[in-house]
Amino acid sequence: AILQGCFVFKPSPKKRKASRETVEYFREGNSDAEDSELRFATCQSLWKQVKLETEQIEEELNKQLFDNLVNFLMRSHSEFQEKTTEWTCRMKSREIPTAALVLGVNVTDHDLTFRSLSEVLQNNVTPYIALLQAKDCPGIKHLMQKLLGQLMNCYIDVDSSEEEECEQISPNRIRCSMASLISWYESVTKKTDSETPGKKRNSSRHWQSPPVVVIFKDMESFTTKVLQDFVVISSQHIHELPLVLIFGIATSPMIIHSLLPHSVSSLLCIELFQSLSCKDHLSTIIDKVLLTTQFPLKLSEKVLQVLINIFLYHDFSVQNFIKGFQLCIVEHFYSHPLSILCCQLEEAKKRVSSLSQNQCENIRRLPSFRRYVESQASEKQIALLTADSFLKETVQKLLEDLNVYHENYFPVLRCLHVFTSSLPKYPLGKQIRELHCACLENRVWETEEYESSLQLARMLNKSDLVTMLQKCVEILVSSPGKEFDKIVEKLKEFLTQFQKLEEACQERDESVSSQKELQKKTDLYHLQKTLLELKESRRSKKLTKFEVLRFEIVDYIDSLVRNYLVPADHKTLHEIVYFNTASVLREHLNAAPRIALHTALNNPYSYLKTEALRSDGGSISNKAPDICIVYKLHLECGRLINLVDWLEAFSTVVMAVEGPAADAASSDQVDDVIHARFIRAVSELELLGFIKPSKQKTDHVARLTWGGC
Amino acid sequence: AFEVRFVPDEEVLTHIADDSGIKVRKDKTLLAINAKRFVKKLEAISDDEAQEVLEEKNYVAALGICTKDSMRNGSSVGGGEVYTFQSPKRSNKMAELASELAQTPGQSVAPDHSECPERTAKTPQSSSKLVMLWGTEADKRNEFVSTTPYRLRKRLAAPDAKLESESEYSASCSEEEEEEEEEVEEAQREVSTVLSCQKTPAKTKAPSTPSSRKTQAKKKDKMSNLVEEYFEAHSSSKVLTSDRTLQKLRKKRLSQQTLHDLLENSPLAYAAEIKELNQQYESLFSKWMLQLHLGFNIVLYGLGSKHDLLEKFRTSMLQDSVHLVVNGYFPSITVKSILNSITEEVLDHIGTFRSPLDQLEFIMKRFKEDSSLELYVLIHNLDSQMLRGERSQQILAQLSSLPSVYLIASIDHINAPLMWDQAKQSLYNWLWYETTTFSPYVEETSYENSLLVQQSGSLALSSLTHVLRSLTLNARGIFRLLAKYQLENKDNPSYPGLSFQDFYQQCREAFLVNSDLTLRAQLTEFRDHKLIRTKRGADGVEYLLIPVDDSTLTDFLEKEDEDV
Repeated sequence: AILQGCFVFKPSPKKRKASRETVEYFREGNSDAEDSELRFATCQSLWKQVKLETEQIEEELNKQLFDNLVNFLMRSHSEFQEKTTEWTCRMKSREIPTAALVLGVNVTDHDLTFRSLSEVLQNNVTPYIALLQAKDCPGIKHLMQKLLGQLMNCYIDVDSSEEEECEQISPNRIRCSMASLISWYESVTKKTDSETPGKKRNSSRHWQSPPVVVIFKDMESFTTKVLQDFVVISSQHIHELPLVLIFGIATSPMIIHSLLPHSVSSLLCIELFQSLSCKDHLSTIIDKVLLTTQFPLKLSEKVLQVLINIFLYHDFSVQNFIKGFQLCIVEHFYSHPLSILCCQLEEAKKRVSSLSQNQCENIRRLPSFRRYVESQASEKQIALLTADSFLKETVQKLLEDLNVYHENYFPVLRCLHVFTSSLPKYPLGKQIRELHCACLENRVWETEEYESSLQLARMLNKSDLVTMLQKCVEILVSSPGKEFDKIVEKLKEFLTQFQKLEEACQERDESVSSQKELQKKTDLYHLQKTLLELKESRRSKKLTKFEVLRFEIVDYIDSLVRNYLVPADHKTLHEIVYFNTASVLREHLNAAPRIALHTALNNPYSYLKTEALRSDGGSISNKAPDICIVYKLHLECGRLINLVDWLEAFSTVVMAVEGPAADAASSDQVDDVIHARFIRAVSELELLGFIKPSKQKTDHVARLTWGGC
Repeated sequence: AFEVRFVPDEEVLTHIADDSGIKVRKDKTLLAINAKRFVKKLEAISDDEAQEVLEEKNYVAALGICTKDSMRNGSSVGGGEVYTFQSPKRSNKMAELASELAQTPGQSVAPDHSECPERTAKTPQSSSKLVMLWGTEADKRNEFVSTTPYRLRKRLAAPDAKLESESEYSASCSEEEEEEEEEVEEAQREVSTVLSCQKTPAKTKAPSTPSSRKTQAKKKDKMSNLVEEYFEAHSSSKVLTSDRTLQKLRKKRLSQQTLHDLLENSPLAYAAEIKELNQQYESLFSKWMLQLHLGFNIVLYGLGSKHDLLEKFRTSMLQDSVHLVVNGYFPSITVKSILNSITEEVLDHIGTFRSPLDQLEFIMKRFKEDSSLELYVLIHNLDSQMLRGERSQQILAQLSSLPSVYLIASIDHINAPLMWDQAKQSLYNWLWYETTTFSPYVEETSYENSLLVQQSGSLALSSLTHVLRSLTLNARGIFRLLAKYQLENKDNPSYPGLSFQDFYQQCREAFLVNSDLTLRAQLTEFRDHKLIRTKRGADGVEYLLIPVDDSTLTDFLEKEDEDV
C-alpha cells in the first residue's frame, strides 16, 4: 500500500449543491430552535455594524499620520521634479528620503495599517508601491525580484490592457537589477508624459514623475546584509529614480542605527513618524463601541476584564480585542434564546409582542425577572406568572427602563470620570474603562476607593472644579438622555455661584494679602504651634463659602452616582443585553493547554467520574489510567529515567490492582500485556513531550519537564 | 511644566491636616505583600521539598488564570505547580512510590519522605573503611541513600535472583555517582548475606572515593539555598540511575505487530466514562461548524487522542463538502504534500511550482477569485515533528487565514503553543477547545520512529541483516570490524567514531582491503545504504560511526556469528 499523509475527500457533484448555510448550524446547535433564524440575522447585523464602526474609528485615527506621510512624500522629491542642477541639491539627493514609521509592538495590527496606507498612497501620490516582508526576502536577489514584480504588476493594473503585451514578460524572467528598474521607470514616465487625453485621470491624481515607494513592513526582521546592500545600491541611482523608503518599526527608531552601520545610514535622510499608540486606539474603541447606547449588546465586568487582560498582558492587539468582542456577540446570541430581544428598543418592543409561549417561560425563568416578580404585589405576581399578554406589556416597560438606564448611565459615568481622572493617585483608575468596570462590579459608592476619591475631590481647588463642571455640562448637554435638563441647570447654578464667589473674593483678597505680608518667616516651632491652634479651632471654625460650595458640589455628584450608576445586574432583564460568561471567553481565547494536561494526568477523576478514581489531596489512586501511573512514577525521577526500573515499578502497581488472582495465572502472558501497556504509555508520554529517548545511557529516557513535582 | 502659585500658609496647614486623615492605602498593601513574600521565601528556604515560586504565581494571578470563576472541572492549577524548577531527586523514589501505590489499593497515600529509622540503623559492619566513611557523613547520606524495601523484597523473592543481581551489578558504569554505588553495595551486601553469594567486584572501587566525597559534602552543607539547588540539579553531568538494561531482562522485545495485538485484546479502562466524555464533545459539532463559518479556526487540546473525535466530526458534518484530512503524525508528511493535494486534487491544477510560497500564492489567488470554493482542512497533530517548523506553520497559518478555508486541528505536545508567535496566532485566529478524551494514541504512536527503543531495535536489525546479506564476504568483514570496534568503545560517551586511517590499517591487517581506494569504495556503498555515518572531528579527521544503538549491534554480531 502506498503510504500517504493527506487525503482529499470530494463529495459527488450531486451532493455538493446541498452544502448548508451557516444559519443552519446556528439552528442545529440550539435546543429551542424557534426564531433562531431571526436571532442569527440580528447577530450578524450587529457584528457588521460593530465592524464598520471600528473600521471607521481606525481610519479616523490614522488620518493624521497618513496626511503627514503624504506631505513628506511630496516634499521629498520636489527637487527631483524641478530637475535642479545645483551642486548642493545634487549632493543632497544622494540621500534617499526615508520615513521611519514607529508602529509599536502590536505587530498583528500592522498589516491593516499598511494596507490602508498603501491604499491612501495609491489614491493620492503614486501608483508605484511595493510592500516587502522580511520572510520573502532572505537575499538581495529575492528582494529585487519581489520589488520588480510588485512594481510592474501594479503598473499593469493601473493602466489599461493595451500595454500588457509588452509588459507581459513575467518578472521572473527579467534580469532583476537596478538598471532594469530604472529603464522600466523611464519608459513608464515617458509614456505618461506623452499620454493620450483619455488617460488624464491618472496624471491628475498623481504627479509628473511619481516617486517609487518601497515599504519594509517589518524592518527589524530583515537581515542587515540585505538592507545594507539595497540602500547602497539604490543610493547610487537616486538621481535617476525617485525612490522613497518607508520602514515599519515595531520597537524604537534606534534600531535603524543598530541595524545599519554609519556609512549606510548616512545615505538615508530619515524622518520619524509616530503612529497612534495601541492603548489610545483601544480606549477610543471602548469609548465608541462599548460605552454607548448605539449597540444593544453590552459586556459584563468580568468579560470586559478578560478582554482587557488579554490585550494588556498578551498582545496589545486591537484587532484581537475586536475579534474577542465578535466571539462575545456570537456566544451571546448562540447560547441565549432571549437574545432575540437584544436589538434596538423599537424593534425589541415589536419582537416582545410576538414572543411565543415558550419564550415567555424563558423570561419568567430569568433570575432578575424573578426578583422583580417577588417585589410586586401578590395579584400582580399571579398575573405576571400566568398571563402572557400582561407579561409582554411589563417586559416592554422593563426594556424601556433598561434603555433609559443606559442612556443615563454612560453620560454620568463620563462625568464621574472627569472628576476621578484628575485626582492624585487615581483611586478609581485613570482610564474610563477601569471606572466602568468598577461601576459594573458592584455599587461603586460602597467601595473604599470611591470613598477616598470623594475625599480627594473635596480638596480640589477652584479652577479645577470650574473646568470639571464645565466639562460635565458639555457631556450632559450633548447626550440624548431626557432627565439631564435639571442636572445641567443645577451644575450651571454652581458655576454662577462660583463666579459670585470670585467677585467677592477679589475684594477680600487685597486685605488678606496685606495681612500675610506681616508674618514672613515660619520656622518649625511656629508652624507646629499654628498647626495645633488650627486643629483646635477647626472644629469650631466655620467653613468658608467656597468650602461650603465645594461640599455641596461633591455631594451632588455623589447623589448622581448613587442614582444613575447602579450596577447593571441589579436591573431587571439585564441578562438579555449583557454577555457575562467570562469563563467561556477565557477558555476559547486564552486557553492553558498545559494546565489541562496537568489536571488530566494528576487528577483523572476530574474528567472520568468514577468512584474508583476518586481521591483526595494531590495523589492518585493506583487504578488510574496507565498513562497517569506512568506519569506519576516518572515525576519521582531525575534527569534520566531507567526504563527497566520504570517498567518494574509500573508492573508492581498494576499487578497490585489486578490482585493475587492474576498472579496465579500464567505469569508470562500477563507480563507481556503489562509490558505492552507500559510501552504504549511511555510512547504517549513521548508524544506529549514529557520525555525523549536518550543516548546518554542504554535504555534510558531523558525527562523534559520539571513541573508537577 | 509646573506653575508657581501663591498659597497662603493657612491653606498649607489645612492641607497637611486633611491629608493625615486619608490612609495611604496602596503603600500599605504593598507592604503587606512584601511581608508575605518574605515569609514565603523563608518557608521556601526551610523546606526543600516544596519549592513554590511566588513570582510565577503572581504573574499567573495577573493573567487571571488563577482567578477563574469556575473552571469547567472545578480544579484550577496555578503555574507554580506546572512550571517548577528541577529539584534533586533520590534515585529510588520511583520504586518507593510504586510500592506505596501497590500496597494501598484503592486509596491514596501521601508519600512519606521521612527516613525510616531502621534504614539508618543498617550501617554495614563488614567493611571498616565504609563504616568510617559513613560515620562522618551520616546526615548527608540520608539525602541520597535510600534503600527501597520494595526492591529488596522483590530481589529476595525473585526466583532467579542470582541472574538478576548479576544483571544489576556486573554492568560497568562510568557515569554513576558514588552514592549510588554505595547504595548498590549496601543492597548487595544484604543480598549476599541472604543468598550467601560471593563478594562483588564493585567494592574495590570504594577506597578511591573518600577525599572527593568529603569536599562534596562540605559544599552541600552550604547549599540550603533554592538557587544553588537549581544549579546543583543542573550542573552535574552524573546521573543517579541504576544500570539495568532491558536486554538483561528476560523479556523479549515485542514486535510492532504483537504489541498491537496485545493492546487490542486488553480491555480499555474506563471505556464508559471515555464514551461519555466523547459524547459531550460531539454535541459541540454544530457550534464548531458555525464558528468555522464565522471566520474562526478551531484547535483542540487536552490529554488523549483526538483522532476519533475529529474523524467523527468529519463523517457527521463534512460529508457534503470538499475536505482535506492531514495526518500530521505521519512521519513523512510535509507542507509541500499538503499544498500539492490542494492544488492537484481540490483545484485540479496540473503543473509544478518553484517553491511552496509560490504555490501558496497560487492557492490564495484561486480562493480569492472564486468565492464558491470552500475547503475544510482537518489536521491531526498540527504540532507533529514534521509540521512544527517555523516555515510550515507560517504557510499553514496563511492558508488558514483565507476566509473560505476552514481549519480544525488538534495539538498534543505540551509546548505546542510555542510554535506560534503573535503574528501567526492572529492569522490562525484560533478558538481553543479542551477535549480531554483519555483515549490511547493508537494512530499517533503507531509509526516506528515515534516509539522508544523497544521496537526500533527489531526493525533496524532486520534491515541491517538484509542489507549485509547482499554484500560480499569482504564487505561484511569490514562492517563487522567497525561494529566490533564501536562496541568495544560503547562505554566511552565521547567516542567520536573510528578514524579512517585507523580503520584502513585494521582492514589491511585483516586482509580485507588492499588499498585505501577499495576501502573508500566500500564505505560509499555503506553510506548509500545508511549503514554508516561519517563526520569530521575537530582535527579534520574523518570518523566513521554506525548509527545504530549498541544493543542492536550486539544482537547483530551474535546473529552474524551464528551464521558464520
